Amino acid sequence: MSSRLHSPARADRREFLKGAGAAAVSALTIGFEWAGPSPAMAAGGATTLPPFAPNAFVRIGADDSVTVISKHIEMGQGSYTGLATILAEELDADWAQVRVESAPADATRYANLVFGKIQGTGGSSAMANSWAQLRDAGAKARAMLLTAAANRWRVPVSELTVDKGVIFHAGSKRQATFGSLVKAASALPVPATVQLKNPESFTLIGHLPPRVDVPAKCDGTAQFTIDVEMPGMLVALLKRPPLFGATVKSFDASAAGQVPGVVKVVQVPGGIAVLAKSFWAAKQARDALQIEWDDSKAEKRSSAALMEEYRRLADQPALSARKDGDVQKALGAATHRISASYEFPYLAHAPMEPLDAVVKLDAHGCEIWTGDQFQTLDQANAAHTAGLDPQQVIIHTLYAGGSFGRRANVYSDYIVEAVSIAKAYGADGTPIKLQWTREDDIHGGLYRPMYFHKLEAGLNAQGELTGWHHVIVGQSIMAGGAFAGMIKDGVDPTSVEGAATLAYSIPNIAVDLSTTTTGVPVLWWRVVGSSHTTFAVETFIDEVAHAAGVDAFSFRRKLLEHEPRMKAVLELAADKAGWGSPLPKGRGRGIAVGEAFKTLVAQVAEVSVDETGAIKVERVVCAVDCGIAINPDIIRAQMEGGIGFGLGAAMYSAITLIDGRVEQSNFNDYRVLRMNEMPQVEVHIVPSAVDPTGVGEPGVAPIGPAVANAIFAATGKRLHVFPFFKGGAEAS
Amino acid sequence: MATTFQLNGKSTTLDADPNMPMLWALREVAGLHGTKFGCGMALCGACTIHLDGQAVRSCVLPLASVANRQVTTIEGLQSPQAKAVQAAWISLQVPQCGYCQSGQIMSATALLEKNAAPTDADIDAAMSGNICRCGTYTRIRAAIHAAAKPKA
Repeated sequence: MSSRLHSPARADRREFLKGAGAAAVSALTIGFEWAGPSPAMAAGGATTLPPFAPNAFVRIGADDSVTVISKHIEMGQGSYTGLATILAEELDADWAQVRVESAPADATRYANLVFGKIQGTGGSSAMANSWAQLRDAGAKARAMLLTAAANRWRVPVSELTVDKGVIFHAGSKRQATFGSLVKAASALPVPATVQLKNPESFTLIGHLPPRVDVPAKCDGTAQFTIDVEMPGMLVALLKRPPLFGATVKSFDASAAGQVPGVVKVVQVPGGIAVLAKSFWAAKQARDALQIEWDDSKAEKRSSAALMEEYRRLADQPALSARKDGDVQKALGAATHRISASYEFPYLAHAPMEPLDAVVKLDAHGCEIWTGDQFQTLDQANAAHTAGLDPQQVIIHTLYAGGSFGRRANVYSDYIVEAVSIAKAYGADGTPIKLQWTREDDIHGGLYRPMYFHKLEAGLNAQGELTGWHHVIVGQSIMAGGAFAGMIKDGVDPTSVEGAATLAYSIPNIAVDLSTTTTGVPVLWWRVVGSSHTTFAVETFIDEVAHAAGVDAFSFRRKLLEHEPRMKAVLELAADKAGWGSPLPKGRGRGIAVGEAFKTLVAQVAEVSVDETGAIKVERVVCAVDCGIAINPDIIRAQMEGGIGFGLGAAMYSAITLIDGRVEQSNFNDYRVLRMNEMPQVEVHIVPSAVDPTGVGEPGVAPIGPAVANAIFAATGKRLHVFPFFKGGAEAS
Repeated sequence: MATTFQLNGKSTTLDADPNMPMLWALREVAGLHGTKFGCGMALCGACTIHLDGQAVRSCVLPLASVANRQVTTIEGLQSPQAKAVQAAWISLQVPQCGYCQSGQIMSATALLEKNAAPTDADIDAAMSGNICRCGTYTRIRAAIHAAAKPKA
């Protein structure tokens, strides 16, 4: 089995189109909502889809190959395998013959049904929004192949069976492979409705089909954007302003132009770009640029000053994101009041593949190769930059070397940069690869916003939690962008998710939001709002339980009587972790639970503290309920990885500003988790018959609070500021 | 200026700036794309290659410094240890985004070529220079142990 990323980068376009035409003759494509050839195809775009089948999710070749077309990017989360599993299950395909190909950018066929009319990947929605769609697509393809076989053999469809891509007629001992039926099936109408499988007969879903992308990722052949090469291609590096909001006042490129291999230096809205024949030449030339910046409109505040302002704002009136009962009255009547505040820094996504995009722009169109996470917005932004119609922008989505949200931004920053450079270069069709460096990435903004949280709770004389007041201060991710319409009554849902959606049964709850504005561009970062709200909620509930003198697990459990799924994951994690069993001296256990994107995750962390005070997270037990487990091994992998990602942020990561300048520059000072800091992880999946939800993000949320609560159990010290260890050097 | 060295077992001459880091010489001059750029400062390990059998970060290694030496990249892995590592990586489904995995596999292979049965501490020491943002560390550790086990 292989995942074949189509790589027009290496093919002559005419040959490529010829190939696509040949494929059209010998492939059955199942589509629905037939809407005629897409504009992108009419424009002569290089796409492997046969022209007679625009709305395709599956293509079956005469060679028996089953190609699943993925509308979602594969950036590590396992989407290619998960989507192929859903479709192949209903098709009864042979997994060994299944390959996955990236869909072109075309929202008419490939919209994310959770987003509406936008093609894109995010919010852990790939499986949830494709579940019904791809089951239907697979089942309809199967039905057409069965009809083709029944017609050929003149037997009723009901007498046929399918196993691993082969159709059998037991009575006449005849059999036919899918490939042999392609031509006949292509002539049949697509059935209007089709019977889906009973989950009890699943052979792929819930089993362990291996990932389609793994072999190529173990021998260096997987193709990422950085690997795209074309004849005559230039590499571009962009010198961006050192302060957010600064612009170029003047520049001198004479030294840069002297570097061998440099072809041109151009000014674009984002800064000064160097185009060269190699990265190394472009890098040296960029270092040689002399630029005077206009800082007059730039953000010049320090993050410490911003946090000071946020602290003050937390005591000012704010907008209500949730109001149950009368929290002030409840707090006033409480016999015991508990309060705490929490601070969260800006965070960079820092995916391993620094941002990059290859652009080929001429007067007729724009072709883009990149790890594209938001095709529709990127298409629109690229078109706007180039002065083209969106339909003239063709996007080839490649594997992304991580993203964690960074490539899903409504500004399409890195793509707009690449297109603007191609435009400034002359829009003559020269392929241009924009390559960011790690320093560009760490300095580049679009961070997870900085937040301040203030919480107060009240216990009555019986030790019951009667009031909960949560104030959040920070920037809005959605404000000013394509998703601003989702802001309701001034409240950005991504600022308060995980807090306003508090699952605990408390009679009086108030969640308030104070939205700030700074010149620092912000963006969603893996698990979005829950990356901070779950920490505040889950460490504070721990403090409240402690104040009430009740075990942290039991206290939560009692407040979740009306949340059976969340209660069940909490119980499963506690049970598997041996909650309550004695631990050696110097060890502590902490628990946390959270919901994100309708997936429930609970984690129990076990930490050790040595005589020097050095802390190590030894073991994490994770329970997850994501509905039907499409691929349990990928679910486990996402929980393991989410724990590593979240733990690194909790312990070490921060972007800080001094007078507007980002202090960090690379992995030496923007610390992320490393091998020696990774705990053992055990993942338990709750069996479920509910439609599947996502797993890419939810595993990130509970790890920070679980560890902080474990550190409290081991040391008696509460942690209120992210990251726990500043500067990395103190890290153990 | 030309630099001659053994690249994946074959004598190779690259005509490029002798100060060019090997990472870019491999990627842009030799056309081998398996070795990845992650940080440019030997902080993340995505660019790990073998120089005379040692795992080194090619992003800070000048082309000139490999003259007459043996360079191995992910494309040229041949040793039994390397094959065992790659098989274990597949069997335990290690990669997620996969971008760092060439470097991880190069570091793991170099470790096993020197140490047939590494302990967890040995793995920490050899592998902590290789960052994986997807957090595949638990599987990397398990895969190294699996690759180290003598075949039945």
